[in-house]
Amino acid sequence: MYTQALNVKDTGKPASAEDPGKLARFQARIDAEEKIEPNDWMPEAYRRTLIRQISQHAHSEIIGMQPEGNWITRAPSLRRKAGLLAKVQDEGGHGLYLYAAAETLGCSREELVDQLLAGKAKYSSIFNYPTLSWADIGAIGWLVDGAAIMNQIPLCRCSYGPYARAMIRVCKEESFHQRQGYEIMMTLSRGSAAQKAMAQDALNRWWWPSLMMFGPSDKDSVHSTDTMKWKIKRFSNDDLRQKFVDATVPQGHYLGLEFPDPALKRDEKTGHWQHGEIDWSEFKRVLAGDGPCNRQRMKVRTKAHEDGTWVREAALAHARKRAERAAAVRIAAE
Amino acid sequence: MSETMMPLWEVFIRNRSGLPHKHAGSVHAPDAAMALQAARDVYTRRGESVSVWVVPSSAITASDPADKDELFEPTGTKVYRHPTFYEVPEEVGHM
Ligand SMILES: [Fe+2]
Ligand SMILES: [Fe+2]
Repeated sequence: MYTQALNVKDTGKPASAEDPGKLARFQARIDAEEKIEPNDWMPEAYRRTLIRQISQHAHSEIIGMQPEGNWITRAPSLRRKAGLLAKVQDEGGHGLYLYAAAETLGCSREELVDQLLAGKAKYSSIFNYPTLSWADIGAIGWLVDGAAIMNQIPLCRCSYGPYARAMIRVCKEESFHQRQGYEIMMTLSRGSAAQKAMAQDALNRWWWPSLMMFGPSDKDSVHSTDTMKWKIKRFSNDDLRQKFVDATVPQGHYLGLEFPDPALKRDEKTGHWQHGEIDWSEFKRVLAGDGPCNRQRMKVRTKAHEDGTWVREAALAHARKRAERAAAVRIAAE
Repeated sequence: MSETMMPLWEVFIRNRSGLPHKHAGSVHAPDAAMALQAARDVYTRRGESVSVWVVPSSAITASDPADKDELFEPTGTKVYRHPTFYEVPEEVGHM
């Protein structure tokens, strides 16, 4: 999902090298559904996993502002423009809640941002696809935010308190995102033949990348056991993907659109929708940096950061000067 | 990158219901005025709030999680601090 690249090799101190007594007490707290808070003892691997997951999630929210931001000035009406602008602002807010949660684990904001800009940190593969038409804004809200919601709801019960609390705030805001997207898709689907074709084209291009958001298949997911045991993750990638497909396919049929998957069919016995094989080579390529927009996303992000440097420096200098002046006045009065 | 670290502030919000200010999260800002502005933008985009406080994170003194039992457990046995500990006949009515 927004944290789909987690199955990289973890090379730090393994949990098994920790003090067994502390480790057992820690696991007992997790098993009892207690929340772990910033100053509590935790295994280093738990801390590392969380920093990586939460910061990756934050980077995804921030980079995710770009594909949609691309259409703000070209929204077809004031109503659509206001909605999209509010949504993109929310995504910026989500990034900030999440950076703050990651910082409670002892990693500074500056370090986290540097990791992203240096290309050392990942973000969700989905944001490396281009938004070619207005219908893509509909498809993103409906599918990408829809997939995000599926993943984020269980994270509200994550064992790490600050992350869980940030996710509760995020989830409250997400449902508007998905609804505004679906409404756009509905308007286009009920419009002229050309508008309907736009909606269909957007679905064709966003469907598979949306399924890839849930990360590799359970068969190939290395990290799941620890994150499940620590209740960072509560459902497997494939389980969440299945939930998303089951919820979304009927919504697409309601629009009168067709999914770009000839193998898609409903299993009469289980009631689940079965999808065809996902092209994992595309997923790996995009995640590794070779998607259609990877370079552009990083370029824009780096430029925004660099263009803001003088503002941050000036604000800090101004604050320092005012503090000094206030101190001088206080001394003079004494 | 020769940047100074941007100070961290904790944000507390009081919502319409009149309940006390509640911790909402944190923001980075160079001074209190800008921290308030950032807190408003980040934590009150949907009329959640009628009042915001920002406090430098470094100004907060917190209890040590290791002292949790010593600090909070003694109240566990003090059942006489709760109304249900005392018996009042039913005829007397609600009290
Ligand atoms: Fe978001
Ligand atoms: Fe969203």
